[in-house]
Amino acid sequence: MEAEIPFFEGPSCPIPLPHHERILIGHGSGGKMSHDLIMQVFNPPFSNPILDQGDDSGIVSILPRNSLASTWNGQLAISTDSHVVWPLFFAGGDIGKLAVCGTVNDVAMMGAKPLYLTAGFILEEGLDIDLLQKVVSSMQTAAQEAGVTIIAGDTKVVQKGKADSLYINTTGVGILPEGIEISGKNAQVGDVVILSGPIGAHGMAVLEARQELGFESQIQSDVAPLNHLVHEMLNQSHRIHVLRDPTRGGLATTLNEIAQQSQVSILIDEMAIPVDPAVAMACEMLGFDPLYVANEGKLVAIVEKNDSLKVLDAMRQSRYGRGAVIIGEIHSDPRGRVLMRTSFGSTRVMDMPSGELLPRIC
Amino acid sequence: MHYTTEFRDAEIVHRISAEIKRIITQPWVIMEICGGQTHAIMRYGLDQLLPQEIELVHGPGCPVCVTALELIDKALVIASQPGVIFTSFGDMLRVPGTGRDLFSVRATGGDVRVVYSPLDAVRIAQENPDRQVVFFAIGFETTAPANCMSVIQAKNVGIKNYSVLVSHVRVPPAIRAILSAPLNRVQGFLAAGHVNTVMGYWEYLPLSEEFKTPIVVTGFEPVDILQGVLMTVRQLEQGRHEVENAYSRLVNQQGNRAAQAVINQVFIECDRKWRGIGNIPNSGWRLRSEFSQFDAETRFEVSGINSEESPVCISGLILQGLHKPVECPAFAKTCTPEHPLGATMVSSEGACAAYYRYSNIALTQSTKQ
Repeated sequence: MEAEIPFFEGPSCPIPLPHHERILIGHGSGGKMSHDLIMQVFNPPFSNPILDQGDDSGIVSILPRNSLASTWNGQLAISTDSHVVWPLFFAGGDIGKLAVCGTVNDVAMMGAKPLYLTAGFILEEGLDIDLLQKVVSSMQTAAQEAGVTIIAGDTKVVQKGKADSLYINTTGVGILPEGIEISGKNAQVGDVVILSGPIGAHGMAVLEARQELGFESQIQSDVAPLNHLVHEMLNQSHRIHVLRDPTRGGLATTLNEIAQQSQVSILIDEMAIPVDPAVAMACEMLGFDPLYVANEGKLVAIVEKNDSLKVLDAMRQSRYGRGAVIIGEIHSDPRGRVLMRTSFGSTRVMDMPSGELLPRIC
Repeated sequence: MHYTTEFRDAEIVHRISAEIKRIITQPWVIMEICGGQTHAIMRYGLDQLLPQEIELVHGPGCPVCVTALELIDKALVIASQPGVIFTSFGDMLRVPGTGRDLFSVRATGGDVRVVYSPLDAVRIAQENPDRQVVFFAIGFETTAPANCMSVIQAKNVGIKNYSVLVSHVRVPPAIRAILSAPLNRVQGFLAAGHVNTVMGYWEYLPLSEEFKTPIVVTGFEPVDILQGVLMTVRQLEQGRHEVENAYSRLVNQQGNRAAQAVINQVFIECDRKWRGIGNIPNSGWRLRSEFSQFDAETRFEVSGINSEESPVCISGLILQGLHKPVECPAFAKTCTPEHPLGATMVSSEGACAAYYRYSNIALTQSTKQ
């Protein structure tokens, strides 16, 4: 049978389909679709005079209009962090809030005042644009809470399967006030260790969102910006020697890092470490130790003993440090190790975890 | 918190510790069977609360540690095959086979997934009818009922793409092997409470009688463990040898009959090789012939594997209570949880890992480096 030859109608120009629902490769082309995406999704929440210039870089000035300007010696704290959390949404937060708070906190942990953020997005083809909008608006809410401005951004789209929904990289810039010397290597013998609140909530909330707990819980992630808390602490004392947020690897990892960097021994009182009952119960059932579970809104401060009580008081006044407690002290030996006094008065090593946290078999 | 705080009560712990010190008159060697107990002893520093006369030696009750190298190598081969989803409890992923582990299989493209229950593996099989889903069924009597249920469910629902790689082991034959060994030093046992929750302790009565050795069913919290030690020491001091129950809030003599029935429906006793120890007669379970279609060993071609242990690792001697982890030349030097030479350094229930993580001995060893 002879094949039917279709009648040639001449070149036609079909009306392009609107693409408002899902991310397509074209959204990363740099052309009109990219522009539309920026105008529809990123611009409404993020809009500010710096970003709205629409140039290749955001131009900022650090000095004017800043209360710290008069005492500033020109030092900046800069940190970058990539966020790949799955799922994108979990009780108490989402990848957007995490991307802002994580970087704000890294800058704040140097005692710096974070001012500006940049945000780079890697989007997987097929991503629901509504979802992206939710993440972006959550970022703006978190940025407002932290008092930082998003001044530059970038979007790339990768083929379906080449990324998992959405990754965000943020870089933060902050100014380091005069006279502040905070570093993981500054812990000194006799200093006191303060923890800003109960541990383990973020890690368990994410496990719950992955439905890996096998039961339902009321655990909310603690993700929060900590720069205001740090500000209140520094108002009380400049003899804060170390600040660090115990994220991945949990409190135990952070303390070990500090002990090694400072070449001191840290003695922790097990009874003093706060863990919310729901977190403790979930950890108990799965065989996790809350000491190794991630936090996103807690900090550890190592403070000269004489100033420790006023720093602790200031922390407790802040909504970000209401549960602050003294959990231990710095000793000289054994160097580089963390010891824990158990509730029974015995002492054991608190070691770093090795690799991924694995639930026990029985 | 109910059922945890009470059994971690410092005052009760100190009272039991004082009583042990009061009644003890001579040295005794006591083995805690279960790795979970070893972990708790090291985590809470309970060994520091015992009199010097008591030597605790750590038993073979860590399922990850005793799973035979040959079987782990089989798992690695199966997990590497295209079209296979290999599911396992998390602990098994880091156990070294010959030259690699399941994590490295995953990194080179194998689909290896951690599940919390074997029934999750059955669900994965249902959701992926075009893939072969294999579950690594390891463990003692504790995990056996759930592992058997997964096979029963797969059979009942007619799931054809599910199979299990079975490496089940049983405690009583291991106790017999330890007590029969010519170099045995163990004078009393803390039996593994969770195993007894399933099996009861009727199997232990003839063992205690035959070897004139006290066996005390013991739990996992600090108060439980010290209570178990106290009851064992009391028997030893009084020259008694009985099976006693220090975990009566969960264990009775007959155990969980329904769970035992499920095990007997699916499994049959067999000889089993224990990693580092060797073959122990009748110490394992394998699938009954009625369920042989679910046996991953026959479903997949897994012959011709050359399994080879690290020559320096002494985990076998440690699992038999003949050596302590710190007596191994590799401990905390070439063998660490990041680079384990033997399985006892991997799982949180492994004796070497527990020592490495918590004890001051490990600390002096590693700082000397």
